[in-house]
Amino acid sequence: MNVAVAVGENEVRYEARSGASEAGPAAKRIVVGYGFWVFLLSDIVMFAAIFAAYAVLAHATAGGPSGMQLFSQASVAIETGCLLASSYTCGLMALAIGSRRYVATYLAALITFVLGVCFLALEVREFAGMIAVGAGPQRSAFLSAFFTLVGCHGLHVTAGLIWLAVMMAQVAVKGFRATVERRLLCFSLFWHALDIVWVWLFTVVYLMGVLS
Amino acid sequence: MTDTQYDRAPGDASALPDVEQGTSSGVLVYTIGLALAVVLTAMSFWVANTSLLWTGGVSLGLTVLAIAQMGIHLVFFLHVTTGPDNTNNVMALAFGVLIVVLVVVGSLLIMADLNDNMMPGAELMNLHMQH
Repeated sequence: MNVAVAVGENEVRYEARSGASEAGPAAKRIVVGYGFWVFLLSDIVMFAAIFAAYAVLAHATAGGPSGMQLFSQASVAIETGCLLASSYTCGLMALAIGSRRYVATYLAALITFVLGVCFLALEVREFAGMIAVGAGPQRSAFLSAFFTLVGCHGLHVTAGLIWLAVMMAQVAVKGFRATVERRLLCFSLFWHALDIVWVWLFTVVYLMGVLS
Repeated sequence: MTDTQYDRAPGDASALPDVEQGTSSGVLVYTIGLALAVVLTAMSFWVANTSLLWTGGVSLGLTVLAIAQMGIHLVFFLHVTTGPDNTNNVMALAFGVLIVVLVVVGSLLIMADLNDNMMPGAELMNLHMQH
């Protein structure tokens, strides 16, 4: 990246515009982004398997409570809002990193983190409420599949929050060096991909689950 | 600006050649994405709760809305484009979508077929309720 700065602006533009094969080996951040993209797709394939299991077992309530009795749409709407807004602030953080603004980066990361924590708190409250009324994962195949699917997404969000905290510590200690920037790029890809999984989750589990 | 944006890899907003374009257009891209996602989410919740629509078509409508929102996220948040730097990412995405469709549709078809074939009588109509 430092080499690219030394070269004149026109040459950089030329390099960016010419075909992939003429431009020589791809920049490291593109290779890193591609590798992480492949990981994300494998993660999404794993989610697809859990989604398939949930869809198959959605009516296997074994006489226990069904989704229509358990799900609260208001809570799901707030959770969706939290995750969508945190995805937005994560994008703003990527822009702040691109223009090397420390305060804006910390601020956007903080808002992203707080919104993620709000999401998790609502989800944990929902889980606790369900277990309290005897609708835990051991009650029926439907509830096992529900807790696996939603819990797996929740675990991903938790991992993302820890990752975000670690990245902010790295920015504070190491500054915006190339390695830190690439890790932050991977983090924002991860966070946006989690939002895509949540879109399918609230559609398939919560909205289709309460249809008559 | 359009030329440089064309060449971006997913999430690649901080590429050095793009620094001079400033962050205002980047903010605009994310804000458009957020607005579209909010509209689609609100529509999903409305479609699920309204009694105006034919109930048989609601799940199909929700699926279409979810696919649309996934597209919005991919384009505006993950910056998937048709640029040369992005060819590999798009190919990987296409393969991922193929696997996801095979796993989900295949599981649903096979299990629905099994349920159909294992229905001996009216009292056992819903196999899942038995255990």
